[in-house]
Amino acid sequence: MATTTTPRRAARPVRKDTGPPPHSPSTTRRRRRAVALLYVLPALLPYTLFAVLPALHTAYLSLFDWDGVTLPSFIGLDNYRRVATDPQLRAAAWHAGALIVFFSVLPIALGLVSAALVARRPGRRGTSLIRTLLFLPQVVPLVAVAVIWRWVYAENGTLNQALRAIGLGRLTDSWLGSFTWALPAVGLVGTWVVAGLCMVLFLSGTQRIDQEIYEAARMDGAGPVREFWSITVPLLRPEMAVALSITVIAALSSFDLIYITTGGGPGNSTVVPGILIYRLAFGGGAVGLASALAVVLTLVISVAVVVINRLAKERS
Amino acid sequence: MTVRQRRDVAAPVVLTVFVAVVLVPFLSLVLAALQPAGTPLTGLARPDGIHLENFVHAWSAAGFGPLLRSSAVIALAVVPAAVVCATLAGYALATMDVPGGGKLYGYLLLGLSIPTEVTVIPLYYDLRALGLTNTVPGLALAEIAAFMPFGVFWMRAHFATVPRSLIEAARLDGASSWTTLWRVLMPSSRPAVTTLGVLYFVWSWNQFLLPLILIQDPAKRTAPAGLGFFTGQYNVDVPLLAAATLIVIAPVVLVYLFFQRHFINGVLSGALKG
Repeated sequence: MATTTTPRRAARPVRKDTGPPPHSPSTTRRRRRAVALLYVLPALLPYTLFAVLPALHTAYLSLFDWDGVTLPSFIGLDNYRRVATDPQLRAAAWHAGALIVFFSVLPIALGLVSAALVARRPGRRGTSLIRTLLFLPQVVPLVAVAVIWRWVYAENGTLNQALRAIGLGRLTDSWLGSFTWALPAVGLVGTWVVAGLCMVLFLSGTQRIDQEIYEAARMDGAGPVREFWSITVPLLRPEMAVALSITVIAALSSFDLIYITTGGGPGNSTVVPGILIYRLAFGGGAVGLASALAVVLTLVISVAVVVINRLAKERS
Repeated sequence: MTVRQRRDVAAPVVLTVFVAVVLVPFLSLVLAALQPAGTPLTGLARPDGIHLENFVHAWSAAGFGPLLRSSAVIALAVVPAAVVCATLAGYALATMDVPGGGKLYGYLLLGLSIPTEVTVIPLYYDLRALGLTNTVPGLALAEIAAFMPFGVFWMRAHFATVPRSLIEAARLDGASSWTTLWRVLMPSSRPAVTTLGVLYFVWSWNQFLLPLILIQDPAKRTAPAGLGFFTGQYNVDVPLLAAATLIVIAPVVLVYLFFQRHFINGVLSGALKG
């Protein structure tokens, strides 16, 4: 390399007089590639320093017993053993799984049904306003969503008021304070946040579907249910994969909503991994264990995303 | 009624129900905020006159004015810097021969499935060691890093749709890659850049876990983090809490309503291009 570049450097002064630069294509190319790298650097640098390295640092911390103050002591994979066996951590895993039902399954089902209903109405008037409104919960900070729903679920809040109004007063409850109802109540807030996104996603997907397919199906005597399962659902597969990835990530890494609505309580009945990581690392003096849990959470999320995308690609 | 007619009725009814379910919780918040301070409330109730003093109280006495200011400062530090970094990287990865470009891009995309929970613990200890906790740069850098994967992905996808001939023509005219980006490509890239900016603003404003942990000083908290602490303190006074919540969500809701097409298209196509 050095031998080929030196003569060219020596030739540089000549260039001024002779006009076009006598660069060989390979030098120009190398320079251009170096410049291209410079363009990527401003993105790469903060990402590496403040996202990737911290994530790796968490993996490193997960091998230690550390209270955040005194000297950490190396304990190998003990924290991971605890993640697998500790009943509280297991409860968190269960709750995260249950949240997938509320954050992913329910919203996607609602979205598909509404998309199927609207898909066949050619002149869709007012859908722009509907889109705007359905998306609103997606825009508001989850802390605010949590405050709103604390009020809906409160002892004398909107939900109990509605129950009393329709004569079901004996069903009223302090929803977020109940061991039975707190988890579904919080889960339904997730459904409320995400359902609009799924609906709008699927509604825009149905615009891609050729109306003639529906006409043909009807000629063959397909009813609305058949039509739903054989046309709408299969053709919306890409949108379903997207909705599933986004909502599964939201369910597994949920924190804000639960932190404000229940804080993980009553007891541990709504504890999720995010809450435990926060508690263990910043209140419980178990930074190593919190780190191990965070690493496991990240791995589970990555595997889930890969599996969802594989499934979507295979079948389509 | 035929099946078709039944469906024609069902669609608007179902959509109306969905929209109502979305709106009722917001409505109950607005109504609660208009009630006289300190009154015991029951669900949806017509306010007894319109009481705006809750907003005044939340803004000054409860300190939401300064909280909004810190959130705005963070957003101002994050959004332009993150948009520029993402644009430069997306441009290079889409149109230039970057050494190891494919691998670098894959490395950046990994970040899309990194939850905040896994970065926040060392961020706290490391930034504290550097004296960057409780500072704007500390939180801003953490947010820029977290937002970078989506931004690069988004801008790369945008620049990949620019016709190669346009870039070739600019180069033949003697334009450097820098001039090509800002003079030739930027004018037609404004929608993509605006969308990214709007998404970044909303994400930065709504971010909760990072400011909760990286900003411990109550005077420097962001609005959502402040609201989080406020819920603990003022559990009882629903009208004041409701007014504070409305103040905190007002900026994002306004930005959303103003740029709604950008926002919705950004979320939808951003998701689908993956």
